Amino acid sequence: MAAIGLAPGCPSGLAPPPDAEASRPDPSAFVRRDARGRDTLDLLVKGARCAGCIRKIEGGLLALPGVEDARLNLTTGRLAVAWPAGALAPTRIVSALNDLGYEAVAFDPTTAEKSTDAEGRALLIRLAVAGFASMNIMMLSVPVWSGVGEMGAGTRALMYWISALIGVPAALYAGQPFFRSAWAALSKGRANMDVPISLAVLLTLAMSVFETAAGGRHAYFDGVVMLLFLLLIGRYLDHRLRQEARTAARDLLALQAVTAARLDADGIARAIPVRDIAVGDRIALAPGDRVPVNGIVEDGASELDRAILTGESTPAPISVGETLHAGAVNLTRPLIMRASARVEDSTVAELARLIELGEQTRAARMRLVDKAAALYVPIVHTLAALTFIGWLIAPLLFDIEALGVRGALTNAIAVLIITCPCALGLAVPAVQIVATGRLFKRGVFVKSGDALERLAQIDTIVMDKTGTLTLGRPRLVSAVGAETLRTAASLARASRHPLARALVAAAGPGRAAANVRETPGQGLEALIDGVPARLGARAFVAPNAIGEAHAGAELWFRLGDGAPLQLRFEDALRSDAAAVIAALKARGLTIELLSGDRPEAVEAAARSAGVAAWRGGASPQDKIARLAALKAEGRKPLMIGDGLNDAAALAAAFASASPGSAIDASQAAADLVFQGEALAPLVEAIDVARAAHRRVIENLGFSALYNVLAIPIAVIGWVTPLIAAIAMSSSSLIVTLNALRLQVGARRWTL
Amino acid sequence: MDIVIWLIPAAVFMGALGLCAFIWALRTGQYEDIEGAAHRILIDEDDESPQPPRRG
Repeated sequence: MAAIGLAPGCPSGLAPPPDAEASRPDPSAFVRRDARGRDTLDLLVKGARCAGCIRKIEGGLLALPGVEDARLNLTTGRLAVAWPAGALAPTRIVSALNDLGYEAVAFDPTTAEKSTDAEGRALLIRLAVAGFASMNIMMLSVPVWSGVGEMGAGTRALMYWISALIGVPAALYAGQPFFRSAWAALSKGRANMDVPISLAVLLTLAMSVFETAAGGRHAYFDGVVMLLFLLLIGRYLDHRLRQEARTAARDLLALQAVTAARLDADGIARAIPVRDIAVGDRIALAPGDRVPVNGIVEDGASELDRAILTGESTPAPISVGETLHAGAVNLTRPLIMRASARVEDSTVAELARLIELGEQTRAARMRLVDKAAALYVPIVHTLAALTFIGWLIAPLLFDIEALGVRGALTNAIAVLIITCPCALGLAVPAVQIVATGRLFKRGVFVKSGDALERLAQIDTIVMDKTGTLTLGRPRLVSAVGAETLRTAASLARASRHPLARALVAAAGPGRAAANVRETPGQGLEALIDGVPARLGARAFVAPNAIGEAHAGAELWFRLGDGAPLQLRFEDALRSDAAAVIAALKARGLTIELLSGDRPEAVEAAARSAGVAAWRGGASPQDKIARLAALKAEGRKPLMIGDGLNDAAALAAAFASASPGSAIDASQAAADLVFQGEALAPLVEAIDVARAAHRRVIENLGFSALYNVLAIPIAVIGWVTPLIAAIAMSSSSLIVTLNALRLQVGARRWTL
Repeated sequence: MDIVIWLIPAAVFMGALGLCAFIWALRTGQYEDIEGAAHRILIDEDDESPQPPRRG
């Protein structure tokens, strides 16, 4: 299958090669004409990780006749291909990528998040301006501080005027995100963290200009821009985190916009985007295609894999007149269906709505940092006001030197600037970016910092079986001779049936038999070296044969008149399932197994994984009800699942996770997605989330302590620009270093 | 002290130059694919590769 003599997939082995049998929707509907009159196609490529991948993909595509340009963005996994209009069939691009061993799906770039992130770019420019200004002003401030007593008032004024020239425009420009957010909050009658920031920045600027003009000793231009610089770092980190989550979510949405083959009146199949399917359209479904919308079979008989809808792993037969639900996969034979609903009204969309509902209730939760802000804002403003009033009144009552309105105002502003939440602004995003970065390297993708916060608090885990605790694929468990296995596999290669695919996987690469006939629900037959061979259900191969009793699925194989052979399959547990369950229990978590599969199969899996509480035959509604019951008991459940039947439960749970093999809707609904065959990353994710939670609490505690120490100094009026600069930068540094401990000190959880 | 009349503008100018260079790099998309750029440097354009020279 490798076109240029290379192993499929990433040459460095950083990503597993995809399932070669994955369906290949026709990308024609997503081809667009660019400004130079060329056809272009945007694809999302899965599994590209290294330089070898770039070369293999770009080289492989440029080798296709007609392709003019192929550019892979390794960070986002997006591939842009361009060719002269009409010179190439777009399906060839997808199949070339598949041959190279990468899964690629075309998408409509208008529905995907723009790859250029304008907001992040604007924040970076503001950050750069603030950094430039704070360094240059610092260059002017240090001589003022160190030249006390030696520097004349004229030189100092010059330094301050130049500082003002740089600092005022820079601060007004760099501070805009804060001003805007503060204004938006104030105009709604609320106060957020940006209100004290904006107030401090603007008042300090005004005061510094006034002091400079009046020949005063202290101006805080350096403090203002440094404050903005540090705050913008926190703001940018926070934005990056959210942007990554948003891009991932949009990518998943864009991927769902696949195409369907509509049969037009002239009998020609045309690829159209799924959203354009109208009620009454006739649609051709090739084996391996996913049913795009609900409909009725008009022609053909086949088998359906409904696993993502119901969790049931055994394929079900389907024939003319029967109802098809969107999301099921057509397995054995081509079908023609008539659409009875638009995509918005189909089963998948119904589940997507449930997901949205769950996410809305989740978004209503208040984030930790918002709680801190709600506490912080009134305290700081009251303190600043009290300082101002205090310095006006105190000299009248006690024997203190009167400072006048100007002095009192200076001290009040000093309180505002020294309590400005630099450390608080960095405290949470710094920890979250380090934690998500570390998990990302381990193959766990965390959707948001908020998700990390919730994951740290879970006390119960509700797991799906098929595809989560198990690999979701049947695996051959009976001992079969190599020669027999090879012969049986050569028949099986003709089919998309999950058991046939499992047999092929067990046999490894090899030849496919010629002229294989497939009878849906029965099996496969062909002549192998002139001898008739059959592979399939017992009734089809050898009705009278007696096999071993077996809980899982089975296939029978018979070559000529030889003895029929029973091939037993099991949906194997993930290799580290039992160890991971034990590790999770050791962390004080209660674990439940909740599956839509047959109770016997669920019980067997639960027993071998060491889970005491299990339940089979659960519908998606049952799963949601169970989660609601747990929540009503005051528990915080983590739902782990992969199928479409889990997607709504994932969204309804307190926190959720899904494996990278899960369907897109589930990955979109889950808080974190873990890659690979092992469950171990899950344990690490929980460990890191808990460690991150501790770091966040420490950082918030430190910020509070810093304020407790700094406020009295400011209230008494001892704060000079030098003290403000040292206090602000050192507190931010400490908070950042504490966040970095997550990266350095943490141990990796392995078996 | 007259020298500061020259030194300060020179310092500010150099800082501004760096800032402009950064903004230019940002605007022209130099940071679009940081990971890819790190890996692309390892690709030898003229070794025996199955790919033809880049066009377009």
